[in-house]
This record gives sequence, C-alpha cells and structure tokens, in this order.
Amino acid sequence: MKTPLYLDNHATTRMDPRVLDAMLPYFTEHFGNAASRNHEFGWAAEQAVDKARKQIADLIGASPREIVFTSGATESDNLAIKGVAEMYAEKGNHIITAATEHKAVLDTCKKLEKHGYRVTYLPVLADGLVDLDMLREAITDKTILVSIMYANNEIGVIQPVAEIGRLCREKGVLFHTDGVQAIGKVPVNVETDNIDIMSITAHKMYGPKGVGALYVRRRNPRVQLTAQMDGGGHERGMRSGTLNVPGIVGLGEACAICHREMATEMPRLQALRDRLKTKLEAGLDELYLNGSWEHRLPNNLNMSFAYVEGESLLMGISDIAVSSGSACTSATLEPSYVLKALGLGDDIAHSSIRFGIGRFNTEEEIDYVAARLIEVVTKLRELSPLYEMAKEGIDLSKVQWAHD
Amino acid sequence: MAYSEKVLDHYNNPRNVGSLDKKSANVGTGMVGAPECGDVMKLQIQVNEENGIIEDAKFKTFGCGSAIASSSLATEWLKGKTVDEALAIRNTDIVNELSLPPVKIHCSVLAEDAIKAAISDYRAKQTTKTAAEQTVA
Repeated sequence: MKTPLYLDNHATTRMDPRVLDAMLPYFTEHFGNAASRNHEFGWAAEQAVDKARKQIADLIGASPREIVFTSGATESDNLAIKGVAEMYAEKGNHIITAATEHKAVLDTCKKLEKHGYRVTYLPVLADGLVDLDMLREAITDKTILVSIMYANNEIGVIQPVAEIGRLCREKGVLFHTDGVQAIGKVPVNVETDNIDIMSITAHKMYGPKGVGALYVRRRNPRVQLTAQMDGGGHERGMRSGTLNVPGIVGLGEACAICHREMATEMPRLQALRDRLKTKLEAGLDELYLNGSWEHRLPNNLNMSFAYVEGESLLMGISDIAVSSGSACTSATLEPSYVLKALGLGDDIAHSSIRFGIGRFNTEEEIDYVAARLIEVVTKLRELSPLYEMAKEGIDLSKVQWAHD
Repeated sequence: MAYSEKVLDHYNNPRNVGSLDKKSANVGTGMVGAPECGDVMKLQIQVNEENGIIEDAKFKTFGCGSAIASSSLATEWLKGKTVDEALAIRNTDIVNELSLPPVKIHCSVLAEDAIKAAISDYRAKQTTKTAAEQTVA
C-alpha cells in the first residue's frame, strides 16, 4: 500500500489511465480544430468530438445534440442560470435554489440578485433533503428556473430530482441540476428524472480537469439559453470558443467507462464505504452521521467526531487525504455552510470529516484509514477538555463559554 | 497549510497534557474559547504557596494544531515562573516561537487569555482563602 492515500474523491478524482490513453492522440497526431470543416485534420477532431458527445449523451439518456461543451461545471452552472435568466427575463425574474448548493450556483444567483432578479434560497430538512411542499409553495408566476443539485458535494445527499423535475414541469418552470457528484456514480437519466438542464464535469468521474458540459433539453420543452461567451458561435451559438478536443475525448471516455462499469462499481464503492463506517463505529463512541443515510451517494461518508476539531484531526492523519467542514480548513474561516444548513451546531461542523471513496481505493486502504482515525481521534480526545467534561456528565450546551 | 517544525513537534508530542485538581486552593484553572468557535483551551497552574512559583502546569485543548501547540508551549513556559512573571507572557512571544502565520494568531491570543484566566482564578482563590482565615482568627 502506497501512502499518502486519497479519499477526497468529491474534490477531484485521479484520471483513469484508459481515459488518458484515449486522449493522447488528440494532442499531437489529431490536433485539428473541430470547427475546420474543409480538411482532414478538422474532420478527425470533429469525429472525435461527435463520438464523445454520444458517449456523454448515452450515460445520461440524452441526445448528442443536447450536449454543449464547456470548461467545467462552474462554467456550466453559470451558463445555465445566467443563460436562462437572460433569455426568459420577459417571462419572469424569480429563481429558486437551495441553501446547500455549490458556490458556483449560489454565487451566480447572488450576482443575478444585483441585477434585479429575485432568488429564493430554500432551507433543507435536517437530513439535507429539499422539502417538496416548500418548493411548491415557493414557485410563483414569476418563477423561471429551479436549480437544485442532484447530489451534494459535502454530504452526498441525493435530492428527489425526479419529483422536483415533475413539479417544475407541472408549473411550467425550467429545472436545472448540478449533476457533477452524481453522474457516473449513480444512474442519472434526463428523461426519467425530468431534467431540463444539467451541469457535467469530467474531473469528478476520472476524467481530465478543465472540461465539462451542459445538457440542454431540445424538446418538451425546448430550452433556450443566452450565450455568456461571445465569439465564433460554436456549440449551436450557446458557447463560443474552440473546442478542447483532447479534454472532450477524455470526458467522453470517462462517461463510457462509468456507463459500462457502474453496475459493478457502485456496489463495490458502497461496500467499502459501509466497511469504513462500521469499523469507525466499532472503534469510537460519539460519532455523528451528517445527512441522510438512505438518500446518499454510495461513495460518500460525512461524519463528525465529537469533541475533536477537524483541522487537528487532518493534521494527525497527514498521510490520508480527506476534507473537513471545520472553519480552520476553509478559505473563509467559516465552518461549512452545508452542515449549518442541516441545523447542526458549529461545533459539529468543526468536527466533521468528509470521506469520498473512489475507483482506485482498496479494502486494505479502508482498513488503514479506519485504524488511523481511531488512533488519532482517541489521542485528540485525551487532549480535549470537551471530551473530559462530557465524560464528567457536564452538558456542554449549558456551559457559559467565555467568548472573546 | 504547511505547519512549522515547532507546531508539528508540540502537536505530535504535546507537553503537560492532563488535569490538576481544580478544587485545590493552590490550583488556578482557566478555560477560554467556545466549541462553536472551534477552540476551547483549559489551562491549569499549580502554585507553590511558599514562594509563589508555578510548580506544575497542565492543559487540554480542543482546537486546531496551532491551538494545541500554543497551549502546550504555554505550559512549558509557565513552569518555574512566578505568577507575576507568568503574567508577562505575551501572545506575540508564542507567535514568534511557533512561527504562527497570521490566520493562526488568534490561537496565541487564546493561550495568553488562558494563562491570565488561570492566574486570576488562582488569585481569587487565594483572596477567598485569606479572607476565610482572617474570619476564623
């Protein structure tokens, strides 16, 4: 077993060597511009892009013509939300999203608010799920878009996407979902899930960074977007810019592999995830699962190790790559807004660790991670005045803390 | 974030972890910070009542590695000092010793606060004790 171990697969994934093999010829040999219509170099590039379009479409039950290539999910989220807002401005100015969305969605919505749009940020239930009744009530005749992610990047909670989509269709509102954590991990189908627009990225499914796509429905309903990048009119005018052919080939191949292997990969990752949870719970008390267990990505585990601060825990397991919702590990020095949206106290957010299990993790690695965590948490609890107080029977929520 | 050698050393081998009898008259306890802020330090000193020298110091800290290191270092510095000397320890001394980056300065501030809180608890106990003795006399 080689350290450091990587269990941060919600942040990014290692590229599958098969994806790299597929990409390589498109850097040097077939380097053409897919928009060059009059020579063989262009045709080879275009052919490769068409193949990738089909591979992506096949994975999500779409038609290849509904795939628009972008630089990644942040751009896709921006294009979806701003593109709809601009295109449908005459119909309405109201957008609905949720408090636990990715910043690429939240900050895009905040930007639109500055331009006169109205945004509803739906709270979520304690398990991280959106309340459908609350969503129904939030929709007005001015609502043009609902943007709710498929699966959350911190807690892995899978939203009731098909029901949200059905509700939106019933109300005549477009439905965008950020699908990056779910696509390739669990079955996602734009038809049965009633999705109109969906953000896709390659690097969360063992593909390269810097390339993504936006699924844009062409019929029932036909979605139109105002381009956010002006230029040569590529991608049916929705996203100008010379196509990143090697990246697109990589995205396509990554989708094809996920499509082929999902039936065996999903239960394998889930078994590893469950093994990790079982081992941790056997070795430690006062562990808390964050987010729904039932509606969850098979490769996600997010737990709080009470009385231990997340950054100090990460420091102790420096040969293991995971993430924490602790303030000290975030750029803003604020604890995770996703965990706070579940109604959890800041202390639970400070103590949280996100495990993202991926294609290349092994059972041996999981056992090592569990053993290291048990060892380090036990040591840090020996150091923790809070653990000592809790063991003495003191109710920490009743203590008057000396704030500075 | 990369940690300094000294922070790593204190984190991996924390000095003086533990608890003293908080009910004892010559033990002062300082507890600062709050769980929701991500830092709680408990720092205790045991003072020799004859000469006013801190003969033992213990800590327990919930917080990041820099908070653990700051309090560990504080206990090391406290031992052998008089209470007045201990009051002269500044958070900037801790910042310099541990090479804390700007985002971790609050850890050193918390350690200074913990020292002051422990000393003021000890002094309050001494005052009560003296008052009680006078009442008895």
